[in-house]
Amino acid sequence: MQPYLTLVRRELTGYFNSFLGYVIIASFQLLLGLSFVLLLKSADGQPLDMPVTEKFFMTGFFWLILLLGAPVITMRTFALEKFSGTFETLMTTPVSDLQVVLAKFTGSLLFYLLAWLPTLAYPYLLRYNSINLPPIDPGTIVSTFLGIFLFGAFYLAMGCFASSLTRAQVVAAMITFALGLGLFLLSFLSIIVPATPGWQSKLYAHISMVEHMRDFTRGMVDTRFVVFYLSLTLIFLFLTLKVVESRRWK
Amino acid sequence: MNPTPVIEVENLTKRYPGRTAIHGLTFSVGKGEIVGLLGPNGAGKSTTMRILSCYLPATSGTARVAGHDVFTESEEVRRRIGYLPESNPLHLDMRVREYLKFRARLKGLSIGRSRDRVDRVLEQCGLTDVSRKVIGQLSKGFRQRVGLADALVHEPDLIILDEPTIGLDPHQIRSVRQLIKDLGKLHTILISTHILPEVEMTCSRVLILHEGRIVAADTTAKLVDSLSTGDQVIAEIAAPLEQLRHAWEHAPEVEHFDIAPCDGDYFRCALTPRPGVDLRPQIFTLAKDNNWRLRELTHGRHSLEEIFVHLTRKDREENL
Repeated sequence: MQPYLTLVRRELTGYFNSFLGYVIIASFQLLLGLSFVLLLKSADGQPLDMPVTEKFFMTGFFWLILLLGAPVITMRTFALEKFSGTFETLMTTPVSDLQVVLAKFTGSLLFYLLAWLPTLAYPYLLRYNSINLPPIDPGTIVSTFLGIFLFGAFYLAMGCFASSLTRAQVVAAMITFALGLGLFLLSFLSIIVPATPGWQSKLYAHISMVEHMRDFTRGMVDTRFVVFYLSLTLIFLFLTLKVVESRRWK
Repeated sequence: MNPTPVIEVENLTKRYPGRTAIHGLTFSVGKGEIVGLLGPNGAGKSTTMRILSCYLPATSGTARVAGHDVFTESEEVRRRIGYLPESNPLHLDMRVREYLKFRARLKGLSIGRSRDRVDRVLEQCGLTDVSRKVIGQLSKGFRQRVGLADALVHEPDLIILDEPTIGLDPHQIRSVRQLIKDLGKLHTILISTHILPEVEMTCSRVLILHEGRIVAADTTAKLVDSLSTGDQVIAEIAAPLEQLRHAWEHAPEVEHFDIAPCDGDYFRCALTPRPGVDLRPQIFTLAKDNNWRLRELTHGRHSLEEIFVHLTRKDREENL
């Protein structure tokens, strides 16, 4: 446990010791702020026909943050250490491969959540700036954050996996972006392809991330999706572990 | 006698695709020894060290550190070694103390113990004055010391140093060497280098590696003895060349000689006698009788450098 916590701490200080960490947080805030401004504009003088959180996500900036943020946050995890050689000094200390993988993932996840933290102020800002807004359901905020957490965990696990494959951070970021974008675009299959009774449309609905996230922002927590994203996260962490272990395969 | 050697390597082989880095290495290192791995670039020094530090698996053969197998009991081994890789990779964004503390905690030391140990190694490696500086802003010599401090911080049984003085200036090299010598009093050290005087100065025993094989292994002194051609004598004499040549040609004890001009009217004569003969008194007498000016008379001792060149070159020629 001690090496794990030590490594998580190191991962987090790594973000804040580098310029990159601040750039990521600043860009997050910019995109979230824009999204908030758009929400305010669209709600100007008109009653909302959906929960505020759903409206917030309909602006689409969430996906931009996820698709661009995850590669940039995770690209350094393994690739940088391999590039600078510190991976060698890390792996010759008595830490297990699993601890290293989990610590890197936890570090990036904590950083990602930290970047989201300021959005907690938005509901208060909204109430302060509006005259007759109905109270925001705290349940939808919790479920929205659950969605942010689950999608983030999945994308970051994917990023860690990509980073473990290469020594070049840019390559890692591009792999993550390509995988992430591909999966995101699959969401639109359920919209483009007309619904037919066959298994295809069922499958498309199951992999439609946009629809899943929309449910979370509406305050609906579907355990199937929770399990779906948790298991995808675990699969990618498992693959990362295998890549890290492969160094010692004969 | 110590029952378990710190390092036991048996028949260790490592193959990379298309190339065999080491062929069936077998050696052992006892407690408290400073052993030098010597060899030209690409001889397999780093590979051997990486296997011993559990970073790479061997293709075949076994290696044990303090009785634990590097492959099956890797974590036990890693707990017992301090490893400084050749490139000395460090987290350049961290401060010296912060980095060493992080490494100490990573190696399983408790908070209190890591604080004590970090203070101790900072002092030992002469880093106390820079302990609050960012590593990226330190000079190469200081960075090397940070790497060394990291290798020591958990008081390992075995310290593995891969070319610790590479790229340092002469002052820094001296201080790092002195540090290694001091460490040798308490720890077992395996050090690799291709700088020969370093081995002669710091190590008690040498393994010479060439193309993945051990070509010589002995104590530094014995190695120099066994390979020296014996009793070669160097004499620097001011005398007419003809006289000198004549004298050596007609001396029955001189088997082979070589005369090279020095500065002024001095000549440097390298004389190889028949086995078991000490030429020095005769040369002195000769010089006295002929009124030569003799300014130097020494026993030619082969340095490790010559042995090294001899061994590695011979091997290369056989391969051709």
